[in-house]
This record gives sequence, structure tokens and C-alpha cells, in this order.
Amino acid sequence: MKSLEELRDLRKKVEKDIEMRKGLNKPKIIIGMGTCGIAAGARNILKTVMEEIDKRDLDLEVTQTGCIGMCEKEPLMDVQLPGQDRITYGNLSTDDVKKIIVNHIINGKVVDDLVIARLEE
Amino acid sequence: MKDTIYRSHILICTGTGCVSSGSKKIKHELQDELANKQLLDEIKIVETGCHGFCEKGPILVIYPEGVFYCQVKKEDVSEIVDEHLLKGRVVERLLFKEPTTEKSIPSYTDIDFYKKQHRIALSNCGKINPESIEEYIANNGYEAAGKALTEMTPEEIIEEVKNSGLRGRGGGGFPTGLKWQFAYDSESDKKYVICNADEGDPGAFMDRSILEGDPHKIIEGMIIAGYAIGADEGYVYVRAEYPLAIERLKKAIKDAQDLGLLGTDIFGSGFNFELHIKKGAGAFVCGEETALMASIEGKRGMPNPRPPYPAAKGLWGKPTNINNVESFANIPYIINEGSEMFSSIGTENSKGTKVFALTGKIKNTGLVEVPMGTTLREVVFDIGGGLTEDKKFKAIQTGGPSGGCIPEDYLDLPIDYDSLIDVGAMMGSGGMVVMDESTCMVDVARFFLTFTQSESCGKCTPCREGTKRMLEILNRICEGEGKQGDIALLEQLGEHIKETSLCGLGQTAPNPVLSTIQYFRNEYEAHINDKKCPAGSCQELASAYKINIEACVACGQCVKVCPVDAISKGDGKYYIIDEAVCISCGACEKKCPVDAISQG
Repeated sequence: MKSLEELRDLRKKVEKDIEMRKGLNKPKIIIGMGTCGIAAGARNILKTVMEEIDKRDLDLEVTQTGCIGMCEKEPLMDVQLPGQDRITYGNLSTDDVKKIIVNHIINGKVVDDLVIARLEE
Repeated sequence: MKDTIYRSHILICTGTGCVSSGSKKIKHELQDELANKQLLDEIKIVETGCHGFCEKGPILVIYPEGVFYCQVKKEDVSEIVDEHLLKGRVVERLLFKEPTTEKSIPSYTDIDFYKKQHRIALSNCGKINPESIEEYIANNGYEAAGKALTEMTPEEIIEEVKNSGLRGRGGGGFPTGLKWQFAYDSESDKKYVICNADEGDPGAFMDRSILEGDPHKIIEGMIIAGYAIGADEGYVYVRAEYPLAIERLKKAIKDAQDLGLLGTDIFGSGFNFELHIKKGAGAFVCGEETALMASIEGKRGMPNPRPPYPAAKGLWGKPTNINNVESFANIPYIINEGSEMFSSIGTENSKGTKVFALTGKIKNTGLVEVPMGTTLREVVFDIGGGLTEDKKFKAIQTGGPSGGCIPEDYLDLPIDYDSLIDVGAMMGSGGMVVMDESTCMVDVARFFLTFTQSESCGKCTPCREGTKRMLEILNRICEGEGKQGDIALLEQLGEHIKETSLCGLGQTAPNPVLSTIQYFRNEYEAHINDKKCPAGSCQELASAYKINIEACVACGQCVKVCPVDAISKGDGKYYIIDEAVCISCGACEKKCPVDAISQG
């Protein structure tokens, strides 16, 4: 360690790894991981989400939930920006996930054609 | 480090407390379970240091939700994985239940035990993996050392530490900045920094928890101290009974060396610093700084008269600065946040926070860090959750074997260095033992004196002989052989030992006796005059048990537990106790299903 800058550069690299333990008011992605969701491919959806987060250096919270009864619409994914409605997207492919992340999470625009429900805040 | 990031982190406490309640087994089970469900690349298991809430261990915290599971058993693991990690449903039955309200609380931060705490020294404990230097750095680690070495002069650092008002956390309470100043002022080609981790008070484990849970913080504090006083070498003196702390510290030192945070030309500042671990054999007196240095030098651990103070002539005759683990743990905070921020916490003459090891007859035992000036009542009832079985509070013992017992009247006393001394106790390293009505205060004094007496190194007469005589008197009193004048004799001996002993051990050894005489003289008198132990704890003085023959159902369970065969069958419908044989152990009373047995 030959300078303070070197330490700060290293910190930037490792910070992301513990970011989630800080628990701030972040955008939230909730993925349906009941048996139905998993059978319909929720695990790939989750994987894509994690890859996108890493690639785009996003700061969000990812959690999972069980079956909410709309099994035929699985895989399901909810997106909630702080203080806004919780939007449920359904029948997702991994490409849809990328679209949602760019449009909804990054640019704040709901991807209307994939929405299947809206829970008011 | 892995390329992708994880969706969830499971933090499992592997501090000594949780390991002994089984956390290693749980970790292995978790690993197997995650592997089974193919979740290993989505979910990360992180071993952390102590969360402080050892009473409720093993502890598991799952992020991003921050859900706090306690007293987790191996059998619970599959349910946690299935329910929480797969389906996102919190496992209600494993949540912490507030003892006062019986309400389940999912989040860490909402538990009363944590709400009133203010964590500086313990800020990372339970939150990061102590064996990962990356996690420490990610949490702003080594920033203070970098700042100190590249942007501050030694004088500025010492000034900052002085202004912070930080006082030695090992118990003495000497201003840390001033200590650094003395070591800085001593001219020498070689100086040393020592971290005193020879934690010896019965029941105290704050230093161990910091070393186990956040070892890099101590290294960082020592680097800053070394730079400030002009020392290029340091020792951590840690007792060999702390194997996990030593192991983690060793790894931390190695990782810091590999990154160039220890070694030569740190941060390109031209400053060199190397660090060694010295294992102590566990003699209590080695916590005294001159004895500690003798021990590092390979001599028998015995204190030397001061002056000369270590700052002038310390380890191998060179100027040396010795601070306690917790003192060093506060240094990075002071440098990062500034002395003003630090001194805004606490009371007028005691700044910052203090870590206490809360034990005894209390619901939430564990490690707590509170701002100076917090009252004893807040610690015992708000954080500690009150007494077990809701018994009546009798006293709280602070400062370990050097401290004293504080009675109920002083529960609203704000805790700081001076207020505790005013009531005949002391801060010490931070042990806090809560006692209820069933504790005999004479016996407590005897317990602590037995400890100091056996740990007396024998170098000076007052401590070696004096504590022995005091202990003999206390033993006599507890056995019902107390004589008139014993109390006065104890007081006189105690005062002499305090005044004439060579080191802190002897100078404080009589405190537990003197403070219990001060506040609980009536108990001493009852032992001596009436040959009675009011708390019913001294066996020789306890009266025999009796069976109420009206209530007895003749189940015979008391007969089975009586260790001296004092119980026999009456005329078939009840049992009776032979008072001459009964040793008043109380085993039969505890066993009786119909509460027919009582004392006296």
C-alpha cells in the first residue's frame, strides 16, 4: 500500500460486496420463488437480475417470495422504487428482465406491456 | 472474490460464545443444505465476530432483509433455507422475543438490547467477516491510518486524541492523548507500542470479542499510535486462553502485511511498523503494565515500581506506550470523525462509549456498548431486560475483582469513570455482574477476594499477606465463626492494603470487601451476630429444610435427590427431614412437585 489513493481504489472494488448489509432505502426487486416460479424458470430470472446488477453497478435489494397464486403467470417479478407502487411483471423471459431493469429501475419508466398487477403504496 | 455478487448474505456468529453453543455445526449444515438446493452461488455464508447477544446464541442474520434469528439449532437449518431463502418467508418461531412484551422482532435494529447501544469499538463486530481484510476495508477500514500517515503530523494526531477526551479503557481511565504525548516526548532511537489484551477479570470478554470480531481495527489503532509516538514496532499481549482471538489476529497481521499496511514505507509515508503477538500464560497480574512488559521480556510477570513510567522507560528500557484493546479500537473513529464528534458523546469528564460485559442474574446477558453517562438502570432493565425470574434487584458489581458492589439506591447513577469511583466501585475493564436477592454479599466479596488472593504475585507484602488475612476472616464469617470486631479489622486491613501495595492489583483488591461493607453492613452483622445468612446462600449458616406434612403427597422424589440421605418416610403418608443431617442444599425444595418443602 503505497498511497491513500491505492487504499481507496481497493475499497471501491470491495465495497459492492457488503453493500446489501447497509439496508438503506433502495429500489427493490422481488422474485417469485415458489415451486411454480422455480418450475417456470425463476432461477434464471434471478441469475439474470444478479448479472445485470453486477454489470451495471446497480444498488438495489433483491429478495424472493413464495407463490402468490398467479402460478400460470410465472415467472413473476415485482419492482418497487422507493415511495412508488409495487409493480408485478409476469410471464418473463430473461430478455424481459434486462428491459425492465433498464427502463424501470434505471430510467423510472414502467414497462407497461409486461405488467400484470399494480399494488398501491 | 467472486465475479458476480450474491443476492443474500447469511451472517453467522462464530465468536467464542456462539461457537460453544454450536454455531460451527450450523454453518456446516447450512453449507450442505445450500449445496443441496444449488444455492451456493446465490447466497454467501459469512462468519462474523460476536454480536454481543451471547445469551441468545447461536445467532444468524440474513441480509438484505436484516432478519435476526436466535438460538438456532442444527435442525432449524433446513427450514430457514426452505422458508426464508427459497420462499422469502420469515421463520417466525426463531425470531427474538422481547422478554418484556413477548413480541417477536424480526429486525436486528429494533431489539431493545441493541436500541440503546451506541457502537464505536464494536461497530464492525457481527457485521463483517473478521478474517477478510477486504470487508474491513470496504467498511472504511484503514482510512484513518491512511489519513493519519499521509495528511497529519504526529503532533496533530496527539492533539486530536487529547481533544477527544478518550481515557484508557482498561480501567485506570488515564487520558490516552496525554499518555501518547509522554511517549512522544521521550527521546530515543527505539520506541514500542503495546496493546494490552490480557483480559483477566472474571466474566469480562470485551477485549476478546473485539479481537475476534474486528482484529484489523486494533492493528489500525496501533499503526496510528506507532506513527504518533515514533515507534516502529508493536506487541499485542494476549492471553493464551484466547485461541480464536490469536488465530484471527495472526491472520489479520499477515493480510495487512501482504497489502503493505504493515511493514516498510506504509502509504508511501516513509513510516515503518511491524507487529508481533506475545501470548501470555494467563496470570492476572500481567494485565498490570510493568508486569506485562516483564513478561514480554521473558521474565516472571511481576510489577515494578513506577516511576519510571513506561513512557520514559518501558519495554527493554525503551519508551513504550501501552493501551488497552478497547482504547485502540476507538482511535480510527476519532481520526475519521474528528475529536469533536467523539467528545460530543458521553459526560463532561468521560467521553465516548464504553463496552460492558453484562452477566449475572439478568435476562439478556452479553456485550453492550453504551455512551458514557447511561444510567445503571438503563443498562440493567432496558438493555438487559431485567432480572431472571423477575427477582428483586440487589446490587451490581462493576470493575471485576478491583471494583465494588453498587446497591439499588444508585441505579440512576450515570456511568462514568468518576461517578463509579465516588460510590466505591470503578469502571475497570467493564465487567458488570448483576445480583439478585438470593445473592449473599459477604460471599460475593469472598469470591472476588479468593480470585485476587490467588492471583497475587507475591512480590509485595501488603498484597501477599494482607489479602490472605482478609480472606481468612471472610471464610470464617461465612462459616459462622465470625467474631465481634471482624468488620473493623477487615476495614482496617483493606485500607492499609490499598495504600501500601505496589501495583494496581493490590491497591484495588480490597474494593469488593470495602464496598460491600459500606452498603451491606447489615449482612455482615447478621452473619457474625445472628449466625444467619439473610440471602440463604452460605450453607453453613442456612437453617435446615422442613416438610409440611399436610401438603406432602409422599411421592418420594425428595428422597432421591437428597445427597446426604436426610429424608425418610414418616407413617406412610408423608416424608420427614432429619434436621441434624440436613445440609440445607435446597435440592429437595427444587424437586418437590407440590411445594411442600421450605427452609426454616
